[in-house]
Amino acid sequence: MNSTCSTTGENSITQANSWVPHTAVIREVTREVNEVSTYHLALSDPALAKAYRFQPGQFNMLYVPGAGESAISMSGDPDSPETLAHTIRFAGNVTRSIATMEVGDTLGLRGPFGTSWPLETCVGKDVILVAGGIGLPPLRPLIHRLLAERHQFGQLNLLYGARSPDMRLYTKEYRDWSEKGLLIKETVDRKNLGWQGNVGVVSMLLERLEPFDPAQSILMICGPELMMRFTARAAMQRGMTHEQIWVSTERNMQCAIGLCGHCQLGPEFICKDGPIFRYDQISPYLIVEGL
Amino acid sequence: MNEAMQTASPRSCFLSIDQFANLFEVLHALDYEVIGPTLDQEAIVYDRVTSVEDLPRGWTDIQEPGKYRLEQRDDDALFGYVVGPHSWKQNLFPPVSTLSTADRTDEGWQFTEVEQELPKYAFLGVRACELAALKIQDRVFMEGPYVDPNYQGRRLQALVIAVNCTQAASTCFCTSMNTGPRCTAGYDLALTELPDGFVVEVATPLGETVIDALETQIATDENQRQAEAARQQAVDQITREFDTTDIRDLLLTNLEHPQWNDVAERCLSCTNCTMVCPTCFCSSVEEVSDLTGDHVERQRQWDSCFNVDFSYMNGGLVRNSIRNRYRQWMTHKLATWIDQFGTSGCVGCGRCITWCPVGIDLTDEVAAIRESQT
Repeated sequence: MNSTCSTTGENSITQANSWVPHTAVIREVTREVNEVSTYHLALSDPALAKAYRFQPGQFNMLYVPGAGESAISMSGDPDSPETLAHTIRFAGNVTRSIATMEVGDTLGLRGPFGTSWPLETCVGKDVILVAGGIGLPPLRPLIHRLLAERHQFGQLNLLYGARSPDMRLYTKEYRDWSEKGLLIKETVDRKNLGWQGNVGVVSMLLERLEPFDPAQSILMICGPELMMRFTARAAMQRGMTHEQIWVSTERNMQCAIGLCGHCQLGPEFICKDGPIFRYDQISPYLIVEGL
Repeated sequence: MNEAMQTASPRSCFLSIDQFANLFEVLHALDYEVIGPTLDQEAIVYDRVTSVEDLPRGWTDIQEPGKYRLEQRDDDALFGYVVGPHSWKQNLFPPVSTLSTADRTDEGWQFTEVEQELPKYAFLGVRACELAALKIQDRVFMEGPYVDPNYQGRRLQALVIAVNCTQAASTCFCTSMNTGPRCTAGYDLALTELPDGFVVEVATPLGETVIDALETQIATDENQRQAEAARQQAVDQITREFDTTDIRDLLLTNLEHPQWNDVAERCLSCTNCTMVCPTCFCSSVEEVSDLTGDHVERQRQWDSCFNVDFSYMNGGLVRNSIRNRYRQWMTHKLATWIDQFGTSGCVGCGRCITWCPVGIDLTDEVAAIRESQT
């Protein structure tokens, strides 16, 4: 277990049996981009809803009876947990079932699970968030927290890479984030007519980032494994160390409580020891193919 | 059984074979369901036993890599076998169990915890390696941040009657794993079988209650000497040596070793080694719906890292070759288990060697990697 990360389950709803879902109702659905929507859920039990807290980077298991469960990161504001936002890409059996659901429908929810982004290590430091595609939602609660306590941190950067301009998430919020002090730099894999910005991989934005003080920076990355490896490498080439880099990992998760074995990566159960790891803890295993 | 309640120096007594037959009545009177060795499907398997007649009297098991055969002994020993394909995990962590149910109501889906019927088991004939396996599964299911309530409910009320091995199989290597063959902790009663009865060690108040309900004699020096000789016989028969020195680092620094390719050419990815392993705990959850779809149960089933779709993610497989799956299994069992639970996941019972259809021997595989380092 990673002792420098937030401890597992510290925000869990206290219950004897972590296998049993709670009923959650869909309060609102926001279409983000093609095949991606944000579901705002509320726990049906008022006492549970009131007690529910999560930390940026944690996830819930969302359950559609008959289809199964899927691990979905929290993407909303941790300081407004009345409705719980989950930005979902419709990719598999469970998420495609969720895609057919409407406001008022219910599903099952277990959580929150997993470790969180270590906000405490960012105090007094420059913070660089790097997201690739659907990797932005797990960083969004952290953006909320960083901006809510803006005075505690140095320079705040978001480097975001999307497949194409029309696949960029949360674009309506960029002005608000910028006004509160987040510097946003973007790139796309493929441009379209009207795109004046960068084209290329997101690690390139890190290579070019100025001003940049490696000793004073904390880097947090969420995206495909290959993208995280290249981004971490770019950061280290610019003088950052393993200990300043944090990543959010992904594996097949079924139980979310370290009991089913599916999500192992080397010595880690991604569900309870992760998904957030300090890079030096997980990097030896991320680079082994098929592990 | 509660290990903390185990007395420092167990009381010892002698239980005649006739009195042993009464043990079943005593256990039934205490509301225990007795699970013990039986002869079935040409193997010794753990099942419900109601009397001494159900035990495999006079039978033993011959084991080698990829081979298991029953053979008649030339005596009437009740526990004269080693270990079969079953382990106690099937009783504490059942192969199939229902985790929760979902019912569609006017207010939407309602989720309910399944009221588990928690049987009160008396495990009869638990070997030292199996006591170690119980302890390892306790760590997994009861001593982490999340507790499995089904396992815990069954485990905490189980009575453990251990039996010291008096012979070993060619596949045994408990001495290398420091798990046997002598039962030293984790039991309520431990028996050593002699021709006319058992030397019994009483380790807990619960064990005391059981043994006090039977007629016993003071264990004589001769009884003790015979028991020690019988136990020594098992020690002497264990010839397999497994060098576990720095095994975690040995395996994790050799994740790309050519030996993984070598074993992949032999391994059938059949999952047998994981099914017979007394510590493997991987599982999957399936949706089981009625015809209307209004009542759905979530069923947990044993799974295996050797199954192709075990590592399925985002439309692809992480471990898409037998090489990767064998590496996952062995490095978990012998190396990363230590990171996760502070102990090896292997107890040296040898089941994975015996029940591998092609006789893959994990001790040989590790030795091959080790030898290439020197």
